[in-house]
Amino acid sequence: MYRSLSVRHKHIVWAWAFLAIPVAFYVVIRFYPTANAMLISFQDWNLLGDRTWTGWKNYEKLWSDPVFWKVFRNTFVYLLIGTPVSLVVAFAIAYHLDKLRFMHGFLRMLYFLPFMTSAVAMAWVWRWFYQPVPIGLINNFLSTLGIPQVEFLRSTTLALPSILAPAVWAGLGFQVIIFMAGLRAIPGSYYEAARIDGVSAWTILWEITIPLLKPTIVFIVVFSSIGFLRIFDHVFNMTTGDPGGPLNSTKPLVLMIYQTAFTDYSMGYAAAQTVVLFLILLIVSLVQLRILRDR
Amino acid sequence: MAVADTEFRAASETLLAPRAPRRKANAGQIARWLLLFAGGILMVAPIAYMISTSLKWPHEIYDLALIPDEPHLENYVYVLEDGRFYGWFINSIIIATITTVSNVIFDSLVGYTLCKFRFPGRYIVFIAILSTLMIPTEMLVIPWYLMSQSLGWLDSYWGIMFPGLMTAFGTFLMKQFFETVPDDFIEAARIDGLNELQIWWTVAMPLVRPALAALAIFVFLGNWTAFIWPLIVTNSVEMYTLPVGLSSFGDEADVQWELIMTGAAISTIPTLVVFLIFQRFIIRGVVMAGLKG
Repeated sequence: MYRSLSVRHKHIVWAWAFLAIPVAFYVVIRFYPTANAMLISFQDWNLLGDRTWTGWKNYEKLWSDPVFWKVFRNTFVYLLIGTPVSLVVAFAIAYHLDKLRFMHGFLRMLYFLPFMTSAVAMAWVWRWFYQPVPIGLINNFLSTLGIPQVEFLRSTTLALPSILAPAVWAGLGFQVIIFMAGLRAIPGSYYEAARIDGVSAWTILWEITIPLLKPTIVFIVVFSSIGFLRIFDHVFNMTTGDPGGPLNSTKPLVLMIYQTAFTDYSMGYAAAQTVVLFLILLIVSLVQLRILRDR
Repeated sequence: MAVADTEFRAASETLLAPRAPRRKANAGQIARWLLLFAGGILMVAPIAYMISTSLKWPHEIYDLALIPDEPHLENYVYVLEDGRFYGWFINSIIIATITTVSNVIFDSLVGYTLCKFRFPGRYIVFIAILSTLMIPTEMLVIPWYLMSQSLGWLDSYWGIMFPGLMTAFGTFLMKQFFETVPDDFIEAARIDGLNELQIWWTVAMPLVRPALAALAIFVFLGNWTAFIWPLIVTNSVEMYTLPVGLSSFGDEADVQWELIMTGAAISTIPTLVVFLIFQRFIIRGVVMAGLKG
């Protein structure tokens, strides 16, 4: 049979033989669950009882749930603080590191090391830093300077940025490396020409470096935005015992999904929340790509 | 040297060797160096304090000093004698290793097929896999949980591993790298009488070895630190992975911060050691994945 096939047909047979298991995997583990999540979002189901169709009820419930709006706001606060702060800090570090030779590799290693840590482990380390006197490192340090202690994780206003800090910290090294690769990709002749024309370093930065870095900036903005919109590990581990912080002040959407599904077992309601998360990620990515590409 | 290797070196070697011209140290450069050095120290301070505290006695943890008065390993002995951390460590090793092997094989097989074969359905498969990049894991955890529940996969290695056995990211990374393998090589192997499976494994795969290594590092690190899905799918303490175990241990150990720091150190030190050994390589991999992926 096989021997009588033409070369072209043999290739088709091989290609599909190679793809058989992966295609089955993507269908069963990715596409079917995606469809199923959307389906469940229109049902009422607590795992034990029957699955009943409820139409748009889960979405209506979400729309009128004050906790959801609080969580929605928090999720965007993580994004709107986290992304710009890490972008600017990572660029500043990469820009200056690029101009240094002395112990260059060592400095780069210091900045990159946090990227290799586990979010759960470092969430607990930062949680310890934030403890009140006499345990927490930061408050102990502040008290030696005579500064009154700060209620980092127990404050409704400071808890969110306190949780965001280790998330920004852990991702910084990755962004620095990507920025440095972007900086190196700019042809040296552009800088030579600017130098001959006697252009100032500031003008070079704004007229040459940043415009030519646009693809790198787009990549980092989209990539880190998706990360901040999906923040979970840090929040969960820094607020166990009171997940989501005082008055839900730190709760992001993914934590709300986790609690709705696996603490309350309201599968339909949780599925509706995941569909909303999906739409948020999709819209934010598309809007960013549009804005940043056109400029 | 491999084809992909040379291209990849060209892209990343420039990154590893500083471009800045060698200049006489002036005040500006010294200030810049000192500032970056101070920033770098701040970056590693949390890791340093974690390790330092894991070597301290309970009464010392309030101390700001980085070097313990009398460093000791009692915390490690205590945490490991308990047995749970040891089990979680083994679980994490097994799960991250199997997932990595699976991704290296299947992601490259799919990437290779999409890159080097022309067949009906190629474009649809390509777009279909690409589209899964848009679906967040969090949307799938509920269906995965229901699936695991009805198939008896809850609380098992397979249950923890199955969602990550292949990734669209890895597939596209590999597809990009197989583009650098000339079709002539594959054609020559066909004339030599190798079958397509042999060509993929013995001709194409060795040529993209750096990309495979980068993929392996990413998948391993990703699974080593994965939290939300293992948290959902495991029930019994014995099945926890390190992050899930550490999370429950932290809750339970409450204020015994030196023990929590020891657990955190146990789950962090292996990846840090791997990084310090393969540093140049990993940084190249990050650049490669970032630029190509």
